[in-house]
Amino acid sequence: MTVLATPYPEDMRAHGGDCCDMGSAAIGTVAMRANINGPRLPEMADPAAYVRVDDTGIHHLHMFVDGLQCANCIRSIEGGLRSLAGVISARVNMSTGRLYVSWRPPQMTALKVANTVQGLGYAVSPYDPATVQDNRDKTDRALLSAMAVSGFAAANVMLLSVSIWAGAFSDMGPATRDLFHWISAAIALPAVAFAGRPFFRSAVEALRHGRMNMDVPISLAVVLAAAMSLHQTIYGREHAYFDASISLLFFLLVGRYLDHRARTKARATASHLLGLAASSATVVDAQGVHHLIPARNVSPGALVFVAAGGKVPVDGVVVDGASTVDTSLVTGESIPVNASCGTSLFAGTINLAAPVRMRVTAAGEDTLLADIMRMVEVAERGRTKFIRIADRAATLYAPLVHVLALAAFGGWWLIAGADVETSLMVAVAVLIITCPCALGLAVPVVQTVAIGTLLRNGILCKSGDGLERLAAIDTVVFDKTGTLTLGRPELLNAEDMDPRILELAGALARHSTHPMSQAMVRACPQSEFAVGEIQENPGFGLSGVCANVPLRLGNAAWCDADQQQVSNGVNLELWFRYGTDDPVCLQFADHLRPDAKATVAKLQRWGIHVELLSGDRPEAVSNIASETGIQTWRAQCLPTEKCERLSEMAGDGRQVLMVGDGLNDAPALTLGHVSMSPATGAEISQAAADFVFQADNLDAVTMAVELARKADRRVRENIGLSIGYNIIAVPIAMLGLVTPLIAAIAMSSSSIVVTLNALRLRLGRRA
Amino acid sequence: MEILVVLIPVALFLGGLGLAAFLWSLRTGQFDDLDGAAMRILLDDEPNAAPPSEDPERTSVSN
Repeated sequence: MTVLATPYPEDMRAHGGDCCDMGSAAIGTVAMRANINGPRLPEMADPAAYVRVDDTGIHHLHMFVDGLQCANCIRSIEGGLRSLAGVISARVNMSTGRLYVSWRPPQMTALKVANTVQGLGYAVSPYDPATVQDNRDKTDRALLSAMAVSGFAAANVMLLSVSIWAGAFSDMGPATRDLFHWISAAIALPAVAFAGRPFFRSAVEALRHGRMNMDVPISLAVVLAAAMSLHQTIYGREHAYFDASISLLFFLLVGRYLDHRARTKARATASHLLGLAASSATVVDAQGVHHLIPARNVSPGALVFVAAGGKVPVDGVVVDGASTVDTSLVTGESIPVNASCGTSLFAGTINLAAPVRMRVTAAGEDTLLADIMRMVEVAERGRTKFIRIADRAATLYAPLVHVLALAAFGGWWLIAGADVETSLMVAVAVLIITCPCALGLAVPVVQTVAIGTLLRNGILCKSGDGLERLAAIDTVVFDKTGTLTLGRPELLNAEDMDPRILELAGALARHSTHPMSQAMVRACPQSEFAVGEIQENPGFGLSGVCANVPLRLGNAAWCDADQQQVSNGVNLELWFRYGTDDPVCLQFADHLRPDAKATVAKLQRWGIHVELLSGDRPEAVSNIASETGIQTWRAQCLPTEKCERLSEMAGDGRQVLMVGDGLNDAPALTLGHVSMSPATGAEISQAAADFVFQADNLDAVTMAVELARKADRRVRENIGLSIGYNIIAVPIAMLGLVTPLIAAIAMSSSSIVVTLNALRLRLGRRA
Repeated sequence: MEILVVLIPVALFLGGLGLAAFLWSLRTGQFDDLDGAAMRILLDDEPNAAPPSEDPERTSVSN
């Protein structure tokens, strides 16, 4: 909890007088203890608000749990909770990172449950299952059972059909054939009725709104084929298409299920991230008693206590205490600023050093954080205008299929003079042959393969159509801190230092969680010195004693350094003083990610325009820009300015990939045509971005772009393949030459061809 | 060929049994947490564990 000089504007530091100094020193020392051990867990929202009570008086609570990794996590959480009095059941879901607990009051309370899990070292955030689940499980199960039923039926009907086709060349009599048709009907008709529901429902829905979608010709083909086949069976004829109609459903359901799973996974990740942003506030009442209430219920004017390490829940002005605040969520910059009496604090920032009390100026919907969330939402609505390639193809394809089938029917009936039954048979054959297996199956398979490949490389795809949008980009906009750079300062001048000095400074800095202290510890992780009597002075630095020599680590004033020595203003500095020696200056700078330069160069080689938008100072931004070879850059951008720039580029018809990590980037992330965010970024940014990448490397960006383009090529190839296949097959169908056997072979083979083509994407990556 | 009258129903019955088993496992939430199941096999049985048939998601939605 050192507090250091920062190159921040004067007004941020100079606010507030001496009114709090007495109190802050005392509070600061207390705060030391709280924060030293282990990583800081985010403050959790008040869980009581999310508890549901059922008729029998049992309380239920759902929570997101962060940090689940192995069997031991399950055991310690479930075991720890079940050993508590009153807990009825506790169950962790590893796949979704969720925890469900039920208990019987009064032995147990929601807060106790949450604290138990927090105490085990897992961050939890309660959520309301009604809002998060979004019925996704129900759709998932419905699709899966439809798929199982249609798969079972397709396999059995196909077996019977194969016997019929084989029998046509040998000695199968019409009686056996009819029996097989009846058995097929008995299997296929209920299966079609059950498994076809997702398509029928969507087709009816579309027609009711006067629209046309792919499900209309699908439903029509399946229902007509089944009805025609039944008619043929009843009259003992040979043209029964049961196998075609049910295996068509099966193939399409496989595609639909893959597509649905990719989407729900994306949505689940997003809601998880948003769930973690839930927070609660500690309100101090007139008697000085602390109450924990949900942050949205805090009213302006209230006095709120923010513990060291806690998230500032609402916007407010500090009235008591002095501390340093990590504002990276709001400004995107990683270096903390000082806060004392009179300083404005914004919701979402993190209080690093010492407890403070603040007077609330805005809460809930009026906070800066809520403003940014709103900007994200507004931008998100605009994005839904994007139409996926499969849907675009469908809008052309569906009417064409109907026209062809109608033309076949009309042509045979009116022009060729065939009877209604034959004409209808031909029309049904056209519908079956043209059915969009390639579109329905191949696009989801390409997506699933591509998303799986990305995931293995540490890139999480969060939106179903993200890959398609990524394939189209021609401009990349980077944020600086935390995106192009690592977002953590590194020691620059280690070579100029006496190693003893570094070790002493490292030993002292180990007692603090301040980002600069942690940078110091990273620079010198090992030290044989033991430092005692650690004192911390918010706004200045740390002091300690080693072998009876006083040590000081902090800003220039704290170490009595000559202010004139302050160097170029680009680097961050930390001063260290050993006893009465001259203070030494340790210089820090935020380093580029190791492959930032290569990534930018690669993008530029692909003909992609690269731009840099940062909230940082111009000197720092221009340095980074020239180092990476980015020509266009802007510094000191507010979130709204970033958004303006992105809208401007979109107005020029450019497809922009936005890469950013801070909360200040979140609106810009949603405004970009497509967006990426590192996993170290703010939760809201990760929630807003289409892709989240885990590694320290920026090459995730180029890899994702490359894969998206490959996937796009595969999708187009598949659409081309299915069009080519239709050009051959449709004339045959219109001439009335399609028998059930040909329909079955043609449909299965086209599905298999496009699926194999999609899987090439995976083979390509391995080679 | 009269044997078909026996064999086809037998085949369909066996296949149907498999289908029914799958639908049952789906409905009882056995596919909800595939990662967790892989981990839980490593844990010792706890004498006081809650019955595994408990479906957390369902319980809460119904109230």
